[in-house]
Amino acid sequence: MEVTVNVNGTDHTADVEPRKLLVDHIRTVVGLTGTHIGCDTTSCGVCTVLLDGAPVKSCTVLAVQADGRSVTTVEGLKSGGELHPVQTAFSDEHGLQCGFCTPAMMLVGAALLEQNPDPSDEEIRWAISGNLCRCTGYMNIVKSIRAAAEAKATAAAGADS
Amino acid sequence: MTAHTTTPPEIGGIGHSLKRVEDARLIEGQGNFLDDISLPGMLYMALVRSPVAHARINGIDIEAAMAVDGVLAVVTGELMAAHNLAWMPTLSGDTQAVLATDKVRYQGQEVAAVIATDPYIAADGAELVDVDYDVLPAVVTPQQSLDPDTVVIRDEKEGQTDNLAYEWECGDDAATAEAFARADRVVSIQTHYPRSHPAPLETCGIVADVNPVTGQATIYMTSQAPHAHRTLFAMVAGLPEQNIRIISPDIGGGFGNKVPIYPGYVVATAASLVIGKPVKWVETRTGNLISTGFGRDYHMSGELALTDEGRILGLRVDVLSDQGAFYSDAQPSRYRAGLFHVVTGSYDFPAAHITCRGAFTNKAPGGVAYRCSFRITEASYLIERLVQTAAYELGIDPADLRFRNFIQPEQFPYETPTGFVYDSGDYPTALRKALDAVGYEQLREEQAEARAQGRLIGIGIAHFTEAVGAGPAHTYDIAGLKMIDSAELRVHPTGKAILKLGVKTQGQGHETTFAQIVAEQLGIPAYDIKVEHGDTDHTPYGLGTYASRSTPVGGAATAVVARKLADKARHIAAHLLEAAVEDIEMAAGKLHVKGSPDQAVTIQDVALAAYTNLPEGMEYGLEDVTYYNPPNLTFPYGSYIVVVEVDPDTGVWKVERMVALDDCGVRINPMIVEGQIHGGLTEGFAMSSMQWITFDEDGNCIGSNFMDYLVPTAWETPRFELLETVVPSPHHPIGAKGVGESATVGSPAAYVNAVVDALAHLGVRNIDMPVLPDRVWEAIDSAAS
Repeated sequence: MEVTVNVNGTDHTADVEPRKLLVDHIRTVVGLTGTHIGCDTTSCGVCTVLLDGAPVKSCTVLAVQADGRSVTTVEGLKSGGELHPVQTAFSDEHGLQCGFCTPAMMLVGAALLEQNPDPSDEEIRWAISGNLCRCTGYMNIVKSIRAAAEAKATAAAGADS
Repeated sequence: MTAHTTTPPEIGGIGHSLKRVEDARLIEGQGNFLDDISLPGMLYMALVRSPVAHARINGIDIEAAMAVDGVLAVVTGELMAAHNLAWMPTLSGDTQAVLATDKVRYQGQEVAAVIATDPYIAADGAELVDVDYDVLPAVVTPQQSLDPDTVVIRDEKEGQTDNLAYEWECGDDAATAEAFARADRVVSIQTHYPRSHPAPLETCGIVADVNPVTGQATIYMTSQAPHAHRTLFAMVAGLPEQNIRIISPDIGGGFGNKVPIYPGYVVATAASLVIGKPVKWVETRTGNLISTGFGRDYHMSGELALTDEGRILGLRVDVLSDQGAFYSDAQPSRYRAGLFHVVTGSYDFPAAHITCRGAFTNKAPGGVAYRCSFRITEASYLIERLVQTAAYELGIDPADLRFRNFIQPEQFPYETPTGFVYDSGDYPTALRKALDAVGYEQLREEQAEARAQGRLIGIGIAHFTEAVGAGPAHTYDIAGLKMIDSAELRVHPTGKAILKLGVKTQGQGHETTFAQIVAEQLGIPAYDIKVEHGDTDHTPYGLGTYASRSTPVGGAATAVVARKLADKARHIAAHLLEAAVEDIEMAAGKLHVKGSPDQAVTIQDVALAAYTNLPEGMEYGLEDVTYYNPPNLTFPYGSYIVVVEVDPDTGVWKVERMVALDDCGVRINPMIVEGQIHGGLTEGFAMSSMQWITFDEDGNCIGSNFMDYLVPTAWETPRFELLETVVPSPHHPIGAKGVGESATVGSPAAYVNAVVDALAHLGVRNIDMPVLPDRVWEAIDSAAS
């Protein structure tokens, strides 16, 4: 059936099988491979995207369910040619190693900061607890999201003054 | 912590916490992982796996699968056998079925493969392959397996009349017997290091692209060892090696899981060869967990002979390993139980004897070095659990008992009773520093007070020594290939450089740290050096990245090749400055005449001259290659201390502190080193607390997905406090030892020792991993009764 999904600000219309998973749709039809697949059981979270701004595991959403909705993937985090503060922070704070879980972690971090601009370490850990990482032990991921919160606050203060 | 550096930050040599080069693509979703690769006309493969652990195959009906629109082929063992590819060699000299012909021997074993135009269709086809199984009794423990009445699992193997996979011994039996005879006390422990799975978040996969006209096989593969895999592909499949190009793209974690060659790789390559189109196979998570290389599964009995004063006299160990259906440990061929004989640990005593037997069972094969250098994790765990037990039995503080037995700094190089020669270390300083950081003596007082109030506090220590960086060619090979590694360095006319490596990153940051090694030697800024790896057509030969061997071997090759170029640079500089070569000094990218710092050229000037203005008779260019054969392994070590509180009513334990001191020799990029340690400490926590692959009595794998196979999230994972000492490796060109696996090796014993320590006054001496709350509760309960 025909579905139109807005991905990172651009509408993509395609004829998709009803059983097609959103993650496969994003990767193979839209052609953005920054969203990964890690487990098939909604456990690892590496397929996380933002659906109308909220994190979802795109291996457990059908492409048809995203019809008429907007999806943000890692490729859409940047705006106006500028990296999102979480992207900068992940690199600055060594929040990634192999990079496979990273797009999802950054999206969850970005969504958290929209809801809660000043999260505690505990709140960050809870927010990312649906996303697995096997390389970093999470400490630097938490630090990265904290650093992004601080960078956003500094930028906002700068804009206000 | 400020690391020692000799270069300014803009050059970024050794000791600088440079931000990683690889991050730029990864934070923008521009990594290139295996499943991101798409080739024109590409087909997709899905595997049909056995639902049962042990069965005879009566027949395979492919008709319904072939009828699915889009299914092009169904490959069976019979078809593979026609090409002499139904079986393949393992990395331990056994054979493994590619696709089962006679029997299936574990749940999840590969039985057939469906090739289709779309991955969903391939999966549909796989569902419809109808295999007629005659189910046989499953053998699920190694003890049961070695019972003479048990059915022979490997009945296809000529001369195999039982389920013994291997037997191996090491050390001096007589000397050890003598040590035990004169001991005041003998302390023993029996423990099972459970089967665990590395479970990198990216599963294994391949895109095999064999050109039917040219015979060129371009194979994209999740490979930690692309060069070794190229050679093995050539040997096994009979393809000419010059026509095989293995490309290992960005890898989403390896941890040893991506060292072996799996049946899926072989079938996809054969399918591409026959069909003439690229074939992609990406493993499902369940496929990954139930069929690819597991780690551990060692049943260990250890005994220490001691004096009443707590001096260790000898060690005796007996191991029974559960190998699964095929003996396929990825390990040096000389040693049948990897480097398990490092089990004497950090202690100075004269005698040890080790016996190991491996048993075939109806479980997946593996025995990979899961974030560890070939069974060192098991060894480190056993000795540290034994020493802890001895401390309780002798009434000596566990830290004190270690101090009484440590190899002393002046004893290095130290030859162990099992034949390793430890390169360097200062164990007493390391442990003292960790104890001070955690406030050990005060914690013991707090523990006593807490006990008086009915609270259970435990302090667990582990002081591990690893043996990594395999290894010297006289001793170490895998499948006959010597464990050397290489680096090729080219400096371009503008002074920028490309470094090509035989090793292959899976997240360790080689593109940054290896450039730093070159920057240190040549003074070319690290960010001006591109690091290429993973493509066998474009990089020199090497055995790959596992067993913490990248820095010890590939890093050494990099330093040596850079020094060769530095030497040539000096000659060119002497020519440019009209001075004698002996008078040229080189530091931080400047080459000047001794005593005249203004009479100088830069390394960039020299690079240009290498292509434009050379001394008479010198060959043009500034490039070279080095193959490095390490003179010895390296021996990183560390002192880890864990503090836990155990809930006496539920058995739930919580890590209150985790202090980890690591000495990995010289640290190339402290930020990356610390990241590696965080990851390793987390995997150690995972194995000690939750992570295990287990089976029911029929051989069904319990732990076939991330809902049953628990790996820690950010919520459970403890916070870590890191410390360091730096005792360089005396034989490594830059004094580095490797660090990627230290924390996984060293930390499980620290966590378990902490929980046992909380219960030690109740008489509890052992709880097997994973230390689940019910096991803790049972230990408390049975101690009380």
